[in-house]
Amino acid sequence: MLPVALSHYLVVAALLLVLGVFGIFLNRKNVIIMLMSVELILLAANLNLVAFSAVLQDLVGQVFVMFTLTVAAAEAAIGLAIVVIYFRNRGSIQVEDVNLMKG
Amino acid sequence: MMNWSLAVPELVLACCGMAILLFGALMKRRETFHLASMLTIGAFLITAMLVIAGPHGLAYHGQFVADSFSGFVKLLVLAGSAFAVVASLDYNEHENLRRFEFPVLILFATVGMMLMASAVNLMTLYVGLELQSLSIYVLAAFARDQLRSSEAGLKYFVLGALASGLLLYGISLIYGFTGSMQFDQLARVLADPARVSPGLIVGIVFLVAGLAFKVSAVPFHMWTPDVYEGAPTPVTLLMGTSPKVAAMALLVRAMATPFGHLLGQWQQLIVLVSIASMLLGALAAIGQRNIKRLMAYSSIGHMGYVLIGLAAGTPAGIRGVLLYLVTYVFMSAGTFACILAMRRRGVMLEQIADLGGLGRRDPVLAMWLTVFMFSMAGIPPFSGFWAKYFIFTAAVQSGLWALAVIGVLTSVIGAYYYIRIIKVMYFDEPQEAFDPRPPSLSLLAAGSGLFTTLFFVFPAPFVGAAETAAKVLFG
Repeated sequence: MLPVALSHYLVVAALLLVLGVFGIFLNRKNVIIMLMSVELILLAANLNLVAFSAVLQDLVGQVFVMFTLTVAAAEAAIGLAIVVIYFRNRGSIQVEDVNLMKG
Repeated sequence: MMNWSLAVPELVLACCGMAILLFGALMKRRETFHLASMLTIGAFLITAMLVIAGPHGLAYHGQFVADSFSGFVKLLVLAGSAFAVVASLDYNEHENLRRFEFPVLILFATVGMMLMASAVNLMTLYVGLELQSLSIYVLAAFARDQLRSSEAGLKYFVLGALASGLLLYGISLIYGFTGSMQFDQLARVLADPARVSPGLIVGIVFLVAGLAFKVSAVPFHMWTPDVYEGAPTPVTLLMGTSPKVAAMALLVRAMATPFGHLLGQWQQLIVLVSIASMLLGALAAIGQRNIKRLMAYSSIGHMGYVLIGLAAGTPAGIRGVLLYLVTYVFMSAGTFACILAMRRRGVMLEQIADLGGLGRRDPVLAMWLTVFMFSMAGIPPFSGFWAKYFIFTAAVQSGLWALAVIGVLTSVIGAYYYIRIIKVMYFDEPQEAFDPRPPSLSLLAAGSGLFTTLFFVFPAPFVGAAETAAKVLFG
């Protein structure tokens, strides 16, 4: 059986990052999907940190992941709150409707 | 060593924030907004004194540093945030945003920015940056009944979260390919060119991209005009002053200390970002009719000039960066104080055409706005000229001739739209007069105007402090 090396983790994390970035830029549907994409990007970074931390035999990376998870939770709470007030004012959370200001 | 006493200014400010929050939540009366704002300004003053009096050194096992650079930046950040609180006093009253959370959020954003100024570890950097960003996302959407404000908050949030994610990914790569998050250890490891790997360079690029978003440098500027226009004007004032200072200080420290040996690798990146920002700031602002949007493009351009100083990569360049930030905070705060005074029959105005004939209706306001516009255009003897002078001489000393020449050319183009505002004020058809100005805005405009006008009389203390601060980064 193929052992799971550091490079495998890095590839998965890079794929997650690319998925997240594309989810934000190519998504024309729903703002909630954007929030999910942001979470994907953060998870990509977390996976990297944990993998590096294990390989380097250094705990700092894992401690950082704890901080990131906390920040991600706060970020999701604030993001959803902003989406709620936006929905109240606009009546829609379609991405193509977020177009009041341009130029 | 823990040495937590070095972080006393941040600890005191954070405790004050929580106390004000508790006070606001427990008070049953309606009028907590003014009191909370006054307490916040008081907390800023106390913190500024603690920053000045505080000792220097490393704390929290090398996660946090208090030195002349962080002290300089912290005082500037506190000034910018205090200006935003002063500017909000009258605006929030009229726009029905009298909620005590407003100054408290500014206060917590300021704690984050102070942490950013003191960060010497990638973890501290990230946590400080997020504390600042999360508070400002909420502030941008603070006028929650207005579609424009909530749209600004939404756009800022989505793009800001993306930038933080990229920054975090960059941090993970830097950590993985060097094995450390401490700035001093990174510098030690990277002194050996053999340790520089492609993965590390990719990490640095991601880190720069995330921070470039926070200082709204091209190509990560897309959010700036929309968010500046949609957010409540005092929040725009805040976004235009202290977060820019803190993020730029963070970028400078991160580039100069841990990656100082890789100057050749990141210099090209910063040069490109700087040229693009200066060009966009000069050209895109020409067609704008909304003065808040115009200020957004103007801030993109100014950040381009500041980045010239970083690209120089010398103590003289960093001194230029710090001096530019000082003058920029005062010019920007003063301009927004003038914009906040644009109210007719209780309605806020944002179009440049509304300034028509201001020179006859309200000569004092027109004079201050003229001072700020001349200063932003870089016309002597105002402070903006001296800031550009320090930056351009540093660039020339480092051999970055092309960058300095492009900087001078774009500031000539930029002068066109700054001077157009002056022309509208003095030579266009007079409009109906504005509502009487509240004393808080007069004070803010006059204070920043005097600083901008008289900077050339007493530059020595600022130049000296900036020089000491810049030398710290180059050991």
